[in-house]
Amino acid sequence: MTGAAITLAGVRKSFGDTPAVRDLTTDIPAGSFTALLGPSGCGKSTTLAMIAGLLHPDTGDIRFDGRSQLGVPAEHRPAGLVFQKPLLFPHLNVEQNVAFGLRMRRLDRSQTRERVAAILDRVQLTALARRRVGELSGGQEQRVALARALVLEPRALLLDEPFSQLDATLRAEMRRLVKDLHTESGVTTVFVTHDQTEAVEVADTIALLLDGHLAGQGDPEMFYAAPPSLAAARFFGVTNELPGTVRDGQFTAAATGLRRPTTLPDGPAVLVIRPETISLTSPSGDDDTMVGVAVAARFAGTHLAVDVQLTGGFLVTVYTPVTTSVRLGAPLAIDLPQAAGVVLAADRSLVSG
Amino acid sequence: MTAKPPTTTTRRVTAQGAPIEATTGPGARWVLPVRMGRRLLVGLLLVAALLPLVPLLVWSLAGQWRYPALLPQQLSLRGMQLLVDPRSDTLRGLGTSAGIAAAVAVLACLIGFPAGRAIGLYRFRGRRVVQFLLLAPVIVPGLAVTLGIQVFFVRYHLSDTVVGVILVQLMPTVPYAAVILGAAFANLDIDYERQARSLGAGPLRVQLFVTVPLLRQAIAVAALMTFLISWSEYVLTLLVGGGQVKTLPLLLFAAIGSSDTTAAAALAMLVIVPPLLLVLAAARLLSGRSAGAVGFGRL
Repeated sequence: MTGAAITLAGVRKSFGDTPAVRDLTTDIPAGSFTALLGPSGCGKSTTLAMIAGLLHPDTGDIRFDGRSQLGVPAEHRPAGLVFQKPLLFPHLNVEQNVAFGLRMRRLDRSQTRERVAAILDRVQLTALARRRVGELSGGQEQRVALARALVLEPRALLLDEPFSQLDATLRAEMRRLVKDLHTESGVTTVFVTHDQTEAVEVADTIALLLDGHLAGQGDPEMFYAAPPSLAAARFFGVTNELPGTVRDGQFTAAATGLRRPTTLPDGPAVLVIRPETISLTSPSGDDDTMVGVAVAARFAGTHLAVDVQLTGGFLVTVYTPVTTSVRLGAPLAIDLPQAAGVVLAADRSLVSG
Repeated sequence: MTAKPPTTTTRRVTAQGAPIEATTGPGARWVLPVRMGRRLLVGLLLVAALLPLVPLLVWSLAGQWRYPALLPQQLSLRGMQLLVDPRSDTLRGLGTSAGIAAAVAVLACLIGFPAGRAIGLYRFRGRRVVQFLLLAPVIVPGLAVTLGIQVFFVRYHLSDTVVGVILVQLMPTVPYAAVILGAAFANLDIDYERQARSLGAGPLRVQLFVTVPLLRQAIAVAALMTFLISWSEYVLTLLVGGGQVKTLPLLLFAAIGSSDTTAAAALAMLVIVPPLLLVLAAARLLSGRSAGAVGFGRL
């Protein structure tokens, strides 16, 4: 069975007076691996619970392949849900846990046994089939939880930060497993996470949720090359922001006088520059460079983060290879090609919120 | 320290199950006195709990026992015969008591389950009021309430019937079941139920296949408590049963009233011993360990 296309149309949900999801509209393509990304409290888990049918939107519609699911109770939705906690039923063993959903569907015994054996084999837990769940490790528990959801052959697999309680190596291993399972089954997978590196690594589509509404959706590259808003850029780790103004299709940075063409309407704007898209160079008077002084350098494992104080008083962070030798206090320049940096409307997140 | 007797050696067990001799640290010399003290305490408590049964046992076997004799002048099996005599009310009383207590335990748990769920799980307006109302039957003397509602039992032809007695005994039992299960629900991770829902279990089957097994210990405790309350209930049974529903406590009071000490002692044994065995068995079942360890081992 192939994955379902999931549509959220104008979905709102409040808890008492606190809005959790405000007017969320998005299409999750069939068969995609979509990350629902956002900081804690942005409404991403609430959204997932609404897709699963465990919560009901105040207004709006949720559709699987165009069919509204609002009247469909959770137990009848073709969606499998895996929580942050494994939530294995302690009174059942591994095998019985995995068979739970099939039992609820009153599948006959031989078929149940067959399907449970197949999925346990797939997640490499055959040897532990008769184990009590209390005797499993954290990674094994999550694999059982995953198998328990997948054995039902859902059309949507909903994962609510399922690996956040595992250590880094195990988490990477589980990501690979989920990714492989997605490729094999083609099930539409919605993965809730607050970790943008995880989202980028694992998902083919990212839906960024900020403050209860969609702050951008696209492939992971988009959020780096052309972030849809300043808030989105900040969430993806942009540290360099040069405020300025747009007039007649031209952005001018206030502190440095740096110019960039833009399609934004007139008004306050910000030039955001990812620290890995710029590099250090020697002062030359070139148009694409800005001069300044290195004031700090931090070793960050894969790169060196250098803070450069530009003339005009602006501080810019640059990532350079760890082999670069940086003399603090020495004059240097930043190579700033036209392609680096994106002009975004200032405080757009506040305006649209 | 190598010659220490095994009972005082603290044993640890490795993952493979092989015991490791305890390291003899500075605290080791306290292990012996602490353990002995604990055993002494457990022994004293057991004696205190079981001592009252001894005169009962002696009385139930006494044919003639007059002051100032220290022991009965005559032993007799009359009391014991009374218990097993099919013509006496005793066996029927045992059946009535057990049947009513079992029915009350089941019904109280069935009512206490949703009630406990409500007070344990949900934060709603007026929750404290509901909680108080649930507990009210325990606070307000049952006798007063029963006198008030007895007229309804008469009107609906429930007085003098077993059904009526079962119903009236729900009054002092449901609060306990609700409170015990409420505490269990308060500690329940509700995400288990949500998980079960998403795996295809409807609301009723979630309760049946997930929540009840998760709360089975609390349910067992609630059933045990309510069974015991019903088992020893006298006043409500007398009022609504009208003497027609003869449970063991009624027979016991009758025997006491007729000054037949031997019969009373024998009946008292019959009232006391089954619940005692039940509690011990339940404690063993709930913990998978011996009852002694459950009741006293962690002192």
